[in-house]
Amino acid sequence: MANGGKTLEIRTSPHILSGYSVDTIMFNVVLALLPVTGFAVFAFGLAGLLTLSVALASCVLTEHLICRAAGKPSTIGDWSVTITGLLYGLTLPPSLPLWMVAAGGVICVALGKALFGGLGYNTFNPALVGRAVLQAAFPVAMTSWIPGFGVGRFSSLPLSTLTLPFTAPEYDAITSATPLALWKFSREATATSDLAMGFISGSAGETSSVLILLGGLYLIARNMMNWRIPASIFAAVLVFSGALHLVDPTRYASPVFMLFSGGLMLGAMFMATDMVGSPMTSRGCYLYGALIAVVTIVIRTWGGLPEGVMYAILLGNAVTPHLDRWTRPTVYGAKGKEAAT
Amino acid sequence: MRPMRLLGLKTFRHGVHPPESKDETSGLAIRQFPFAPLLIVPLVQHMGAPSIPVVEEGQEVQRGQRIARPDGFMSVSMHAPASGLVRRIALAPSISGRMVPAVYLEPFPGSTQEIEDGTPCPLEATPDEIIAAIQDAGVVGLGGAAFPTHVKLKIPEGKFVDTLIINGVECEPFLTTDHRVMLEESRDIFLGIRYLLKVTGAEKVIIAVEANKPDAAEQLRETFPSDVDGSVEVLQVKYPQGAEKMLFSALLGREVPSRGLPLDIHALCCNVATTAQIGQLLPRGRGIQERVITVTGPAVKRKGNYRIPIGTPLRFLLEHVGVADDVNRVFLGGPMMGAAAPSLEISITKGTSGVTAFTDTAAERTHSPVYPCIRCGYCVDACPIFLDPALLGKLAATEQFSTMADEHNLMDCFECGSCSFVCPSHIPLVQRFRASKAAVRKSKAGAA
Repeated sequence: MANGGKTLEIRTSPHILSGYSVDTIMFNVVLALLPVTGFAVFAFGLAGLLTLSVALASCVLTEHLICRAAGKPSTIGDWSVTITGLLYGLTLPPSLPLWMVAAGGVICVALGKALFGGLGYNTFNPALVGRAVLQAAFPVAMTSWIPGFGVGRFSSLPLSTLTLPFTAPEYDAITSATPLALWKFSREATATSDLAMGFISGSAGETSSVLILLGGLYLIARNMMNWRIPASIFAAVLVFSGALHLVDPTRYASPVFMLFSGGLMLGAMFMATDMVGSPMTSRGCYLYGALIAVVTIVIRTWGGLPEGVMYAILLGNAVTPHLDRWTRPTVYGAKGKEAAT
Repeated sequence: MRPMRLLGLKTFRHGVHPPESKDETSGLAIRQFPFAPLLIVPLVQHMGAPSIPVVEEGQEVQRGQRIARPDGFMSVSMHAPASGLVRRIALAPSISGRMVPAVYLEPFPGSTQEIEDGTPCPLEATPDEIIAAIQDAGVVGLGGAAFPTHVKLKIPEGKFVDTLIINGVECEPFLTTDHRVMLEESRDIFLGIRYLLKVTGAEKVIIAVEANKPDAAEQLRETFPSDVDGSVEVLQVKYPQGAEKMLFSALLGREVPSRGLPLDIHALCCNVATTAQIGQLLPRGRGIQERVITVTGPAVKRKGNYRIPIGTPLRFLLEHVGVADDVNRVFLGGPMMGAAAPSLEISITKGTSGVTAFTDTAAERTHSPVYPCIRCGYCVDACPIFLDPALLGKLAATEQFSTMADEHNLMDCFECGSCSFVCPSHIPLVQRFRASKAAVRKSKAGAA
C-alpha cells in the first residue's frame, strides 16, 4: 500500500515552518538597499561605483577567507556580509582613497563580526565598526566630501581616490561641505527638498532620504524590519530637536533638517534596525530608538563633530542586551502567582 | 490584562498565523467510517491510570458494551466500538512509541451494529451523579489532550466557576472536526452545555469560535436556547487561540496563575466536540465508541471528516482513504501540535482529532539549514505567554536547565510551537524546551 516500504519520519511538532529564513531576510535587505546604492553611483559616478565595489568586495572576501581559515564552510551565502559591505560603502565619502576603503572593509568583518563569533554574535553593527575605525584613523579623509552630480563624474575620478597606501591623499579644489557641516560651522541651512531628494554632498548613501525610506518601507511591509526602531528614532528626533529649535531657531537647526540631513535616515532605517544589534522586545525597541535619536542630536548640537549617528547607533548596540533585560515582559500568569499560592 | 480587540474581534496578544489549510475539508459533511477487520482498543487513551479490562479473551461483546472500568478517579471507562469477538488482550504499539495494553476486537461481519444503551443519566440528576456518568461514558478531552473530563468538572470545596467556555476555536491548521460538529450537532452541544452548567454551577456560557468559521457561529447563534445565559463569541483567527489560557485572556481578560488551574480564575473550558459527546451519550447511557476525525493533508486522496470507530488501525484508515505512494510523514492531530506516528500499526484513540499525511515535497521546507540566532525577535513576538524563546534556546543549547526553569519560566511553556514555526534560523526551539522540561522534571523527581 501506501508508503511502499519506505520509512516514516518521526519528528516532534511543529511540522510546518513559516517559510522565513535568515538568507531570505538578508537577501531582501540587500534588495531594499539597491535603489539607494544605484542612486549613489548615479550621483557620484565612477568614484561612487569604485567606493561601493571595493567596500563590498573587501567585506565579502574577508568573510570568505576567515571561514576558510577556520576550516568552516563559507557563510557568504547567507547574504549578511553583503549587507555589511553595502552599508559600509554607503557611509563613506565617495572620494575616500580606495586603499582606506579596503582596509576598513577588512576591519568591518574581521573585527566587527568574525572576532565575536560571526553572524548573530556580533555586538556592534560591523559596517559601523569599520567606519568608526576609519573615522578615528583618517579624520581628514573621512570628512572630505565631493559634491554630487559633478560634470565629469562618469569619466574622471577625484585625485584622492587612487592615493597610494600610507600616503596623504590630495584633494581637488572642489571638495564641499555637507549640510550638517554647513549648519554647524556657518549656520547655513539647506533646502529640505534638496535634502530629501539627495542633491547635496555627503556620504555615498546618505544623500537620498526618499529612496532610503522606500527601501525601509518595503522591509517593514514584509515584516523583515522592526518598524518601531525607525519610528521611535524619527519621533524622538522631531520632539527633541523641535524643542531646541523652539527655544532658539538661530542656534538650533529645525527638526525637519535634523531628520533629513546626514546619516540619520540611512542609520535609522538600515543600521539601527540590524536585528543582531537591536532589542527584541517592543518596549526595548522604543527606548533604543529614543536613545539613538537623543545621542545623535546631542553630538550634532554640542559635540565637536557635525554628525553623530554612527556613535549613537554603536552606543545603542552596546546597551541592547540591557534594554532586553529591563523590558522583558511579565510572563503569562506571573501576576497571580503570589495570590494563588 | 485587558482583552485585546483587533478589527472588532477579540483575541490574545502575540501568536502566529500559519496557513489554515482547512478549505478542502471544512465543507465536507461528517461520514461514517467502516469497521476495520481488527480493532485495537488501547486501555490508555487518556491522561491518567490505564483502565482495567472487564471482558475476557474469547468473549463476545455488543457494540457500546463496557469493556474496561476506570482504575481510580484519574481514569475512565472504555466501551466496545463494535459488536464482535475479543480475540486477545495484549500489548499494542501507541503514538508515544511505548507498548500499551489493548483489547483486540474482531467485529462480526454483517452484524447490524446496533448500540447497546446503558442507564440514562437525565439532566435532573445531581452534579455528582452526572460526574460519575461522564466518567462511566469514558469522556476525555477530545481536543487532543485527552484529559479525563469528569476530573476537571469536580469543583473542590471553596472554589466556584462563574463562566463556562466552550472551545470551538480549532486553531490547529488542517483540522475541521470541531467545525463540522458545530454545524451538524449543535443540539447535542447545547444539551451537553446544560449538563456542564449544572455540574459546574457556572452562571453563563461563552462559545468561542474563530472568525474563519462564520457558518458555525451562525448555526450556534440560531440554535442558542433562550433559557441559557450566554453568547457565541467570534475570535480573530490566530494560533494558538484554542489554548484555554489564550481563551481566558481573549474572552475574560483573566490569566491563569502560573502553575495554577482555570478554577483559580473561576473559569472552566471544555472542547466543543467533548461537549457534544456529553449531550449525546448521557441521555442514552452510552459510552464513547467513535469520534469525528479530519483525515487530510497533501498526501491524502479522499480527504474528509469521518466518524471513525475507536481502535481503528492507522494503516486501515489510510488504505481506506488512499494516500500518495511517497507519503513519509503521518501526524495524529495537525501539523502545529500533532505527534508524528512512529508506525502505521498504532490505532485511533479518543484524543485523535485529526490524521494529516505529508509527502516528501511538502516536508522539504523543514529540511532547511539551521543558522545561528540573529535576534530577530520573531519568537519573542510569537510566544503567547511572553517567554523569551531566543534566550531559552541558547540556555538549552548549553544545558542550563535549572536556570531556564528558575529564572526564565521554562515550566510555563505549553509547547504550542509558535517559536519554532517563526524562527528564520530554523532553530528547534520548542523541541529543545520539551527536552529541557523533561530534564527538569527528572532532576526534581531525583531530588525528592
